[in-house]
Amino acid sequence: MPKTLLTVATRKGTFILESDDRRDWTLRGPYCEGWPVYHAIYDATTGEIYAAAASEWHGTTVWRSSDLGETWEMSSEGLTYGDQDGRRVSKASTLARAGDRLLVGVEAPGIFESRDNGKTWSLLSTLSGQHGSELWDDPANQPPGHLGISGFVTDAGDSDSFFAIVQGIGAFETEDGGSSWTPRNQGLRRDWPADYEDVGFCVHKLVRSSDPQRMYQQNHVGMHRSDDAGQSWTEITEGLPGDFGFAAAVHPHDTETFYVIPVDGGHGRTMHEGKATVWRTRDAGSSWQPMRDGLPQVDAHLGVLRQGMTIDSHDAPGVYFGTSTGQVFASADEGETWSEIASYLPSISSVDVAILD
Amino acid sequence: MADVRLPGTLTPLFPGLPRRLEVQAPTVLAAIDSLEQQWPGLRDRLVAEGPTLRSHIHAYVDGERAGLETPVAKRSRLDVIAAISGG
Repeated sequence: MPKTLLTVATRKGTFILESDDRRDWTLRGPYCEGWPVYHAIYDATTGEIYAAAASEWHGTTVWRSSDLGETWEMSSEGLTYGDQDGRRVSKASTLARAGDRLLVGVEAPGIFESRDNGKTWSLLSTLSGQHGSELWDDPANQPPGHLGISGFVTDAGDSDSFFAIVQGIGAFETEDGGSSWTPRNQGLRRDWPADYEDVGFCVHKLVRSSDPQRMYQQNHVGMHRSDDAGQSWTEITEGLPGDFGFAAAVHPHDTETFYVIPVDGGHGRTMHEGKATVWRTRDAGSSWQPMRDGLPQVDAHLGVLRQGMTIDSHDAPGVYFGTSTGQVFASADEGETWSEIASYLPSISSVDVAILD
Repeated sequence: MADVRLPGTLTPLFPGLPRRLEVQAPTVLAAIDSLEQQWPGLRDRLVAEGPTLRSHIHAYVDGERAGLETPVAKRSRLDVIAAISGG
């Protein structure tokens, strides 16, 4: 079996977990000098690991490693709105590869791209002119968490086509490399008043299945499914213990199978009843099954953030999630059984997985 | 030449950067820009958009709190400090 590599971003640096059999894991790190890291990914295009980070002292940067984490460099060259703009880049929140672009989402909300694999950056878009942009550019209006652009969904076959999530506003799609954008929030629920029909939604996590028409999302209020590539959404929350959560993952080979981790939607934002549970649907959200075998079921008040769960591409996919209290749990059998593969890491922001041939 | 002291959080980011070095520059910003020439990217770690010192980076010239435009004399001591922050 090829090596499986987990890239774990934490509040105190990046860690690497690796395994030849998905049973026994070894841990390396911390890397990135212990900086708070918000998203770390393995980029199959270049074989590099990238880590989006922001230090209270030294600002925002993207770390990169070309040797699977052994050595690291950083660059924020061009990762700025400039001295005259008024906006500041306070955090790099999320990363994605889109063809020859490496994308990073930042707060204040904006997308920067790198065409040289993270060495230099340039501003791609702030989605200016979209409904709500007049508010999200005001620092006083940023939602807690201060993520700005909180996630991407890219298209392996079309580098100009991707989704971006503006935290607290909604999902937007571009088909021309970021020159123009279309809100993709039709059918989403919101339990609050809003100034516009097409924005004002709180999209936490967006994922696309192996069929590009089938997408899923975890929202502030409900899980949702799209059967038309994000143009409209249908809520699929029924059967889950709550409608709030952050993390979500879609099965790489089965468009009907999707995983979520509901958490309390109040201040706690930990798993319901102190029972660590991943919920899985096998029928595109018509029904849900709790997956608990091997997960702690007593006093397990665990939180998982929006980039905190991932799934690998093996025939029998492995599912992985990291918690805000520093545990990493893994399942090598599609969520049927779980084991704790790291116990004492700093608070985890993201978990990403790669299969290394 | 001004006597410049840098925070320990900075040196791991730039190979060869010492904690203490001498710089000839008329202001705090000019001193930082001078270091930027030898260690590209260093300015970004201390200076935010504006330009202004990053909010948890403090500078002192001869023991007095300084900003980017504060003059630095030939025999000044410039301390750049990563303030107590975070957890």
